[in-house]
Amino acid sequence: MEELKVLSPCGILGYGYPGESFWKGIEKKPDLIAVDAGSTDAGPHKLGAGVGIVSRQAAKKDLLQMLVAGYELKIPVIIGSAGGSGARPHVEWTLGIIREIIEEHKLRFKTAVIWSDLDKQVIRESLKRGEVKPLGPVPELTEEALDKTIRVVFQMGHEPFIAALERGAQLVVAGRAYDPSVFAAYPIMLGFDPGLSYHLGKILECGAICAEPGSAKDCMMGYLRPDHFLVEPLNEKRKCLTTSVAAHTLYEKEHPYYLRGPGLELDLSACEYEQFSDNAVKVRGSKYIQAPEYCLKMEGAAQVAYRTLVIAGIRDPVMIQNIEEIKTEVVEQVASYFEEVPRSDYRIIFHLYGKNGVMGPLEPVKQVAHELGMVMEVVASTQELANAICASARSTMMHLGFKGRKATAGNLAFLYSPSDIVFGPVYKFTVYHLLKVNDPCALVKTDYLEL
Amino acid sequence: MKKTCTLYELAKVLRSKNAGPFELTLDVIFDKPETYRRVKDSGVITKELVCRLYNIKEQDISHLVFYDQALAFKITFKRPVDSGSIGETDVYGAQQHAPLMGVEIPCDI
Repeated sequence: MEELKVLSPCGILGYGYPGESFWKGIEKKPDLIAVDAGSTDAGPHKLGAGVGIVSRQAAKKDLLQMLVAGYELKIPVIIGSAGGSGARPHVEWTLGIIREIIEEHKLRFKTAVIWSDLDKQVIRESLKRGEVKPLGPVPELTEEALDKTIRVVFQMGHEPFIAALERGAQLVVAGRAYDPSVFAAYPIMLGFDPGLSYHLGKILECGAICAEPGSAKDCMMGYLRPDHFLVEPLNEKRKCLTTSVAAHTLYEKEHPYYLRGPGLELDLSACEYEQFSDNAVKVRGSKYIQAPEYCLKMEGAAQVAYRTLVIAGIRDPVMIQNIEEIKTEVVEQVASYFEEVPRSDYRIIFHLYGKNGVMGPLEPVKQVAHELGMVMEVVASTQELANAICASARSTMMHLGFKGRKATAGNLAFLYSPSDIVFGPVYKFTVYHLLKVNDPCALVKTDYLEL
Repeated sequence: MKKTCTLYELAKVLRSKNAGPFELTLDVIFDKPETYRRVKDSGVITKELVCRLYNIKEQDISHLVFYDQALAFKITFKRPVDSGSIGETDVYGAQQHAPLMGVEIPCDI
């Protein structure tokens, strides 16, 4: 095969894309439609709570055109990291939408559903064998952290996709997957260079972000050939430029030209980027290196607390001058009032916008603004305790006496009444580790369905 | 007198973002090869500079790399608190770039 055309509708399924761009891509007769639906960018809450990133309505709108076009062209349609976090509730949510579309539009798909949920017992055993290691600046995984974890997924590579496609699946709905693998699997199966396939996948998984102007909400076409690939935006308003495509490899990654995925390393240091046409860029030289050990990246989240918060403004210059002492005093007075509650059961955190609210300890500017926006949050072991501590801290701060205070009627300008906002559970990534495996497909479970 | 330009003036893109939930990454991208080379050759962009700007220790920085093909450099370092965890203040890490904007680079123009 001399050329494989891959259509990527958008950066995240449910972000939306212009129908015009999509159908222009379909006219070019792509060989594959693939989309990444996932991200850990929004923090651990989505994985922990089992909810999606996008609305059901948006996911359905995006899936509809992909499924109709894929059915008509009789080409594979691949969805990776279904539902955002790619765990069982997220994949089931996506499948529910797909079933609805298939029924409403009388489509038929040989479907493979690839689950990437990990049994915690499997991780415990691997942990004992020393086959789990932290990924980056993450603490070592402990049994205790694992016990608290609600669910764990792993990012699959291209191998489970190939297995499903080889068994004749036309529609593949996968749990958590390494974003570029969703795009690289089919071309690798057909014998295309894995380095080029993965590099193209890395670009396409973000929709049209690599174009100028960039957008995750627009379509991109990749043309994979034996010794290079082309990327071309499908919207006339956008152009791929050598610098915009090269610079895209930096996006949301720790290293600009060295990427790690399941069982692989991608070395882009020797890549050549060439302006192929007015709006398309030609790339060659992407190098695929097989990793010495096959490791899967695991992601797991635990519920760690409940939160209640209050939003208020501070304008009194004397109060602003004394804000650090006031914070300490509020914490002390609350602790002394609730002396029966262990201090380890809750935390009072002050976010002071106008001081260091955005950057916290990283903030180099010492100058404080003339007014402060404050979010005071209380995290505690139960919602009831968070509510109680927040109410107490709020009224303590409102009426606290401080050095030089002449405004004795109140210290805070509350934004709302009622002032205290009950937030609910708070999550944390407890698992962000690598798991060594012998077989890339050993931990996936694939169901084959006739939809 | 030697003139200087700020990175904000010289760069086309100057941004911060999560690189996974435990690291922040800063990308500075230029649109002219000569501007990129001036910044790269100035020797101003160092780990010491990043430590000073962000109150962090050198061992917290995992990468400071120039990528010639992209006319860009990238700095990746450990987050003080992981994304979305208790006490964390920028879930996407998208507003951590400002200290880099004012960095001065010798500039003859």
